[in-house]
Amino acid sequence: MSAPEQLPSVDNGLLRFLTCGSVDDGKSTLIGRLLYDTKAILADTLHAIERTSQRRGLEAVDLSLLTDGLVAEREQGITIDVAYRYFTTGRRKYIIADAPGHEQYTRNMVTAASTADLAIILIDARKGVLTQTRRHSTIANLLGVRHLVVAVNKMDMVDYDRRAFEFIRDEYLAFAAKVGIGDVRFIPMSALNGDMIVERGEHLDWYDGPTLLEVLEEAPAAHGEALAKAEAFRFPVQYICRPQHADDPELHDYRGFMGRVESGEIAVGDEVTVLPSGLTTKIREIQVGGRSQPMAVAEQSVTLLLADEIDISRGDMIVRRDAAPSVATGIRANLCWLSETPLDPNRRYVIRHTTRDTKAKLATIDYRLNIATLGREDATGLHMNDIAQVCFRTAQPLFTDTYAENRATGAFIVIDEATNNTVGAGMIV
Amino acid sequence: MTTLLQTRPTLAHLDWLEAEAIHILREVAGQCANPALLFSGGKDSIVLLRLAEKAFRPGRFPFPLLHIDTGHNYPEVVAFRDRRAADLGERLVVRLVEDSITRGTVVLRTPGESRNRHQSVTLLEAIEEFGFDACIGGARRDEEKARAKERIFSFRDPFGQWDPKNQRPELWDLYNARVHKGENIRVFPISNWTELDVWQYIEREKLELPPIYFAHPRRIVRKNDLLQPVTTLTPAQEGDLVETISVRFRTVGDITCTAPVESSADSVAHIIAETALTTVTERGATRLDDQASEAAMEQRKKEGYF
Repeated sequence: MSAPEQLPSVDNGLLRFLTCGSVDDGKSTLIGRLLYDTKAILADTLHAIERTSQRRGLEAVDLSLLTDGLVAEREQGITIDVAYRYFTTGRRKYIIADAPGHEQYTRNMVTAASTADLAIILIDARKGVLTQTRRHSTIANLLGVRHLVVAVNKMDMVDYDRRAFEFIRDEYLAFAAKVGIGDVRFIPMSALNGDMIVERGEHLDWYDGPTLLEVLEEAPAAHGEALAKAEAFRFPVQYICRPQHADDPELHDYRGFMGRVESGEIAVGDEVTVLPSGLTTKIREIQVGGRSQPMAVAEQSVTLLLADEIDISRGDMIVRRDAAPSVATGIRANLCWLSETPLDPNRRYVIRHTTRDTKAKLATIDYRLNIATLGREDATGLHMNDIAQVCFRTAQPLFTDTYAENRATGAFIVIDEATNNTVGAGMIV
Repeated sequence: MTTLLQTRPTLAHLDWLEAEAIHILREVAGQCANPALLFSGGKDSIVLLRLAEKAFRPGRFPFPLLHIDTGHNYPEVVAFRDRRAADLGERLVVRLVEDSITRGTVVLRTPGESRNRHQSVTLLEAIEEFGFDACIGGARRDEEKARAKERIFSFRDPFGQWDPKNQRPELWDLYNARVHKGENIRVFPISNWTELDVWQYIEREKLELPPIYFAHPRRIVRKNDLLQPVTTLTPAQEGDLVETISVRFRTVGDITCTAPVESSADSVAHIIAETALTTVTERGATRLDDQASEAAMEQRKKEGYF
């Protein structure tokens, strides 16, 4: 039997994107449409939602039911958490982070955006750019989502009027320029009818741009963009491998430094510096599962063997000397507070940055960001869903880049030691 | 508008998934004092073992393998489990639901009933016995909608309960495995994999599977669109029409609640072809226990199930 035609002939890797908007914007219908038209929904799931649609007295199958999640959510008629969904086109695998749209769930959107390469911002064509639109766009931008797609949905409700679409586009562009949003595209669509999602449909002849799926297929993945300057090599050490099997003398001196290449690339023979010691050595070998390979690129999990014996622990970082990160015990960052318990400026927290944990204490709150007006306000404390620029002092030095430069070495989480909960998310400026 | 054409090569999708899973396994090793990896002999946990090899070789795994055995497993799967653990030279711990029944901590309503949900009790007893602070499992978010909302590092209280409304935020790849004594983290390194990804990985890595994953003749009874295998635990009832047809299992678990699908796929390549063309979800086709109610899985997870 030959290979079936459904399988990838080209593997364009993986794209992670998030969808922002409320159920009212047709977000669930949009996701349902993407999954349905790419045949990611299977018959039993479809039958289940058909039954539910009938039970609720709906005439057509309600695609939004596909993203209905937990009992707790159905009871309250809202979405309370990020849901992850998957589909593949044969060319590329997609991970959708579906974030609830309500204002009180800023923290969920921050969570969903943290791993996304692209964000779909839904706008109801009848309603235009709303406060919610600006809030979602600001958060996506703050979280470093490089590509925004403004999906002007429900075009069927405005008779597929080109001027309605262009009015919204111009209004959004004016806002985007103010916030500093770079790459943004606009697509008129009707998720309900399936126009411009996967198929072009028959109603939007005046629009000659790509469909939503075409934009997704072409969008560069993380680390996929050829930037003007090369990415700096960053390798936070996760775990040290010292096998010392008594029956294998060759392994007696084996010391492997395990981790993931967070950015850049590295090859055997390259000179590297280890932080915090500052000692310099060369890469002797790069392994995966005990097998050698000549080099490693961003996002690969590998084991590095070094030419010299250097004392290295979890939390240390291997970098290149000519492109080293900042080493500091004070960091300034945009902080999103995620916990129902407000931030207590007098308490000590734990900051986890890459693989390093350190005690930390708030030094200052520079300002709190009003996400609706984008204004800066004075603040003495932070509550759940607040976003503020703050400074922390840390007990140990951290090896940082700005978040804008490097998502992996620019991000950290704040942990409350009393509960062990993750209570804050920071982006270094 | 910027052009989207200038790109540098990135990882193919299986390479990306593999690298993510290795990173997750190493975070468990780096953050947890006493983890365990749940290995049942099923395909997802077989994938986990290969990922653990890639993460930790030439070293030993920094955790034992743990199987909660319902006593209702196909003998081929149990034999495979023991052989695979021996080949890897890793420690395998088996704890039996039967022992929990003897202790009286699991009470059966009927002697032959599914022991699937009773695994939770035996798992919690094993966690307590060994003091495990993390258990690594092969669950995937595409399996079921309660799983779609679960974290990769999923916090459980001392009763093993999952609270969907009170999950730890999980941002970037900064996982938080901190627990107090008695609490536990469940870790799912292949959360982001689909059934098709798993089969493609099995093919690429040439992983050996228990034979019941491949087409074989089996005596079955058709019930509610599902194929119920005829076994000593699940004998044919009076009036049942027993047929012998070619089937394979898409998932293996407790005999009483795992159904095979009709198939002639006798190789991984054929299974991938069928998976790409399939019209029914993995759990929909094969799990007699998830159809009980729309929220069956959510309920079980709240009780400490994987």
